[in-house]
Amino acid sequence: MTTDILEMRGITKTFPGVKALANVNLSVARGEVHAICGENGAGKSTLMKVLSGVYPHGTYNGDIVFENETVEFKDLTDSEAKGIVIIHQELALSPYLSIAENIFLNNELRGRGGLIDWNKTNFEASKLLARVGLRENPTTKIMDIGVGKQQLVEIAKALSKEVKLLILDEPTAALNDEDSDHLLNLILHLKGQGITSIIISHKLNEIKKVADSVTVIRDGKTIETIAKTDVTEDRIIKDMVGRDLEHRYPDHTPHIGEELLRVEDWTAHHPQDTSRVVVDKVNLNVRAGEIVGIAGLMGAGRTEFAMSLFGQSYGSKISGRVFLRGKEIRTRTVAEAIEHGIAYATEDRKTYGLNLIEDIKRNISMASLKKLEKYGLVHDNEEYKVANEYRTSMNIKAPNVLVKTGKLSGGNQQKVVLSKWIYSDPDVLILDEPTRGIDVGAKYEIYSIINRLAAQGKGIIVISSELPELLGISDRVYALSEGRITGELPVAEATPESMLKLMTMEKPR
Amino acid sequence: MSNPNPPTIEEARVGGGNVNPVENKLTDRLSHILADLGKNGIFIALIAVVVLFAILTEGILLRPQNISNLVVQNGYILVLAIGMVMVIIAGHIDLSVGSVAAFVGACSGVFAVQWGLPWWLAVILSLAIGALVGVWQGFWIAYVGIPAFIVTLAGMLIFRGLALVVLGNANIGSFPAEYRALGNGFLTDVFGEFEIDPLTLGVGALAILALVVQQVRTRRGRQKYGQDVEPMAWFITKLVLVSVAIGFFAYSLASYKGIPITLIILAVLVLVYGIVMNRTVFGRHIYAIGGNRHAAELSGIKTRRVDFWLFVNMGVLAALAGLIFTARLNLAGPKAGDGFELEAISAAFIGGAAVQGGVGTIGGAIIGGLIIGVLNNGMSIMGIGIEWQQAVKGLVLLLAVAFDVYNKRRSGGN
Repeated sequence: MTTDILEMRGITKTFPGVKALANVNLSVARGEVHAICGENGAGKSTLMKVLSGVYPHGTYNGDIVFENETVEFKDLTDSEAKGIVIIHQELALSPYLSIAENIFLNNELRGRGGLIDWNKTNFEASKLLARVGLRENPTTKIMDIGVGKQQLVEIAKALSKEVKLLILDEPTAALNDEDSDHLLNLILHLKGQGITSIIISHKLNEIKKVADSVTVIRDGKTIETIAKTDVTEDRIIKDMVGRDLEHRYPDHTPHIGEELLRVEDWTAHHPQDTSRVVVDKVNLNVRAGEIVGIAGLMGAGRTEFAMSLFGQSYGSKISGRVFLRGKEIRTRTVAEAIEHGIAYATEDRKTYGLNLIEDIKRNISMASLKKLEKYGLVHDNEEYKVANEYRTSMNIKAPNVLVKTGKLSGGNQQKVVLSKWIYSDPDVLILDEPTRGIDVGAKYEIYSIINRLAAQGKGIIVISSELPELLGISDRVYALSEGRITGELPVAEATPESMLKLMTMEKPR
Repeated sequence: MSNPNPPTIEEARVGGGNVNPVENKLTDRLSHILADLGKNGIFIALIAVVVLFAILTEGILLRPQNISNLVVQNGYILVLAIGMVMVIIAGHIDLSVGSVAAFVGACSGVFAVQWGLPWWLAVILSLAIGALVGVWQGFWIAYVGIPAFIVTLAGMLIFRGLALVVLGNANIGSFPAEYRALGNGFLTDVFGEFEIDPLTLGVGALAILALVVQQVRTRRGRQKYGQDVEPMAWFITKLVLVSVAIGFFAYSLASYKGIPITLIILAVLVLVYGIVMNRTVFGRHIYAIGGNRHAAELSGIKTRRVDFWLFVNMGVLAALAGLIFTARLNLAGPKAGDGFELEAISAAFIGGAAVQGGVGTIGGAIIGGLIIGVLNNGMSIMGIGIEWQQAVKGLVLLLAVAFDVYNKRRSGGN
């Protein structure tokens, strides 16, 4: 009998075209708080989904040993029955149900005749709430309490299932400092009661506070597991970033010209919670032929900044000024933004970028139909010709342009999105996670396209959560943290370490 | 395409570039025909229904008088189906059109009969009222953001109620002859009286000629731009089949009373709206919104404005349907338009529109409407009771959509 509660051995998980996890090993000692660190997309969440049965046994290779027993989970219910509970970043609570109802959802306490015993439900719920230190009436609706308290309800729910191993996926990402502190203390408190926790986080200070050991994952591989006494920020960052930045990026010699776009004091608030500042007095500029990167961790406000700038597609109470070639412009609607030569290619092409049931041709023309209009009619042969030209020049792999975009691979879908925006003939292109979910070969192609656009004198803003990529293709980078620009560096002076420091820089309080 | 296991994305991606060229030509030809059958499945279904009822009614269905009746009896449903399919493509629905038709019919009665306004003024005022109804509903849907289902459900009650208010618990009847022509009139005997009306035949011939010219031009245009076109033999076969159908139709009308005015209205609407949906920026925006509203918004499409005008348009078409129906009955009554919305919605869905939006055509909706019309008419001739007619129509709607869903799944769509 070992002291380990969990051992994952040689876990390998592949998605079509992508190896998400390669031979990952993870040992978690009984009664410890174990942190898992890694950049976005390193494979942390995938690993936890394998562990909790979201990816069932048989869809991955390797063994999971839990409490000295090899386990093969078919789904979440299976893993929960063994006492493994995962709390996702996006909370899985039903906003219109009460706290107690949520805690016992799909685990309802039944009384006589199989009917739900509400008195018992509420009583048990209040006992659980006391354990997590939440002073709320169990009949309060979830939507009436804040995110921090909702997080505690999730933990109470986990406790109701007699949890042995609690997995928290970036639990403090959406919390303020006070709530974060409370949550971290609760994790330590539960540790005292014998509950083992795995916490996924890239906030180094909180890892140092609660974790007994840290495992770093990069590119789907375990790098090392560090004991508490040996944990230093530098070591974790070095592990997270790695050292292999060879020829993954095409050469690019910048020819930088006049300033194209300048944004001054750009501020945006959360669309519903209008008191919350999401983008905080951002100042930045981009010049002709320049590729400017914006680095930031999840929740830093990168996409929010870009979308609020692009026709106020996100946020409320937006203020600030935008200048194109030194002249102030208005970008209050998407149409206005496009007219002024700004284009924004979304990070989520399936939800926001493409009409998947429509063909390549009509997707490419979607933002520029006016150009194809002649005597009030869309010139559809011309449209076909244009689409075909992009199919060739962007190397979109499809037999013809009448193929529905829903049938293309991620890389080719992204090329359609880029074609759409290039055809709208913008001065400035904002590319949000342009290589997300794309295999390595297609990534290189996308980088080449970006270089080509810069060479044509366009200004490019690239938003990416992959630091190596950002440093590999940009001429200049900004770091964004909690909605603020925390630094600006020419790429020659930027190192992954210095960038991560800026990206995790917290607001002075 | 005949691969039983639909290719994965990866395979499809690789397969696109390097297919054996010889095999390509053969399968190409086959896949063209198959794709066409799939696309024209609804048209073939119409032919099947017509043939079936021609046999069951021992030819009565295809008698000239009955052919003419088919058009006149279904005209108002087809007018509604045009607007409805547009609304459905954008991802909405309109439950109020029957009530709006009744309301506008009642108003036109007040204008044309009670106030004695000239017929054309009554028609214009009625259409304007339809537009106002559309403005009202479009406002709530597009700018307040209430789901169309709710707004038009409310509209269904509101305008039914207002129709009763306008009628004041009575029927309004005996419209002027010019007004009645909207629903009952025929264009005939312009060249004097003949057994077979030459004007109708001439128009039929012109229609065939126009169709052939248009099809050939489209084909040439595509070839000029290096696009794939269907094999020549298949192209000609299709043209001949459609031409024969039009010829037979024209001959039937010519041997009865000539061209129904309703048909002229319909033909103009189909032509205009067909172009709007296929060839104008507005039409493209409707498809884009229905396919992915977020993506459309982020492409600079003013989705609210499109939604708004869609419902204004629907209001005008509902008004027109109300006029045609009232003219046909020569009576504005409280029960007018009852259930029209369901027939129009059925027509759109039988015609291949998707419940989620983004898919559908004007032509499909018209054919869907005709299928319902032939079912109604054929079963009536056979003396089948209204109760069974309802049940059969329900089944046909279900099967048509099920077939469509199956077809899409087979072709690997999501």
